[in-house]
Amino acid sequence: MKSVYENEMKLEFLSKSNNEAFARISVAAFASQLDPTVEELADIKTSVSEAVTNAIVHGYEDKEGIVRIHCKIVDNLLVIEISDSGKGIENIDEARKPLYTSKPNLERSGMGFTIMESFMDELNVESIVGLGTKVTMKKTIKKEDKLLGTGLNSLTEIQS
Amino acid sequence: MNSKYIQEDKLLLIEITEEIDHHTTEEIRRKTDNEITRFMPRKVIFDFNNVTFMDSAGIGMILGRYKMMKMLGGSLEMVNVKPSIKKIFEMCGILKICPIIESEAI
Repeated sequence: MKSVYENEMKLEFLSKSNNEAFARISVAAFASQLDPTVEELADIKTSVSEAVTNAIVHGYEDKEGIVRIHCKIVDNLLVIEISDSGKGIENIDEARKPLYTSKPNLERSGMGFTIMESFMDELNVESIVGLGTKVTMKKTIKKEDKLLGTGLNSLTEIQS
Repeated sequence: MNSKYIQEDKLLLIEITEEIDHHTTEEIRRKTDNEITRFMPRKVIFDFNNVTFMDSAGIGMILGRYKMMKMLGGSLEMVNVKPSIKKIFEMCGILKICPIIESEAI
C-alpha cells in the first residue's frame, strides 16, 4: 500500500502588523518540507501576507484580536487556512474584485484577493458579519521525483 | 531605507532596504513624503535592489507617492525590481505610470 505523507501545524498570534512578517516566514518554513521552488515559496509568502494583513486591517480594524493559521500538508498539497474573529465581510463578491478596497484612504491597493487567487491554485472565502472571516488557500507543490519526508514513498514503490 | 538627493538633476533616490508590507510601508511612506516636501524633486526613483519581499501594500505605497509627484508636476520611476516583485506590479497596470527603468539610466 502506498503511504500518503501528511503534516499539520497551527499558529495563533495577536493582530499586530509586525506579525505579518512572522506569519509568512513561519508558513514558508513549514511549506519548505515540500521542497518548493523559489517562485512557489514567494507566491506562498505573498498570499499569506495578504490574508493576514486583511485580518489585521479589515477584520480587526487595528483593534487587538487573534489571527489563526492552520496549515496542512497532504501528499504534495499545501492547505492554508487563515481566520479571524473580526467584523466579517458584508459582500464577498465585491471584496474579491480587483482594485476594490473599502479603505482607499489608507492607500490600500485592493489587490489582495486578486493576488491570493492568482498565486495559489484555489481560494475560498467564508465570512459571517460580526463573527469573522476564514480564507482557505490551496497549492499543489509540483513533485519532480522528490523524496518526501522519510523516503517511505520510494521504499513502497520498490516493494510493489 | 536610505535616500539621496541629487540637486543638479532635481532627482530624489530612495533605496528601500526592508521587506515591503503593510507594517513597513508606514515608515517608508512617512520618510519619503518628508524628503519629497523637503526637496521638491522633479523625479523620484525607488531602488528595489535590496528588497526581497513585497505584497500589495507596496502597490498602494508606490501609487500614493506617484499621486504626490504628479501633483507637484514630477514623475516616479523604479529600478532593480526582481521578477517576483515585478509580477505583482504587472498585475495592476501600475507600470504604465510608474515605469521600471534600467539601472544604467540613473
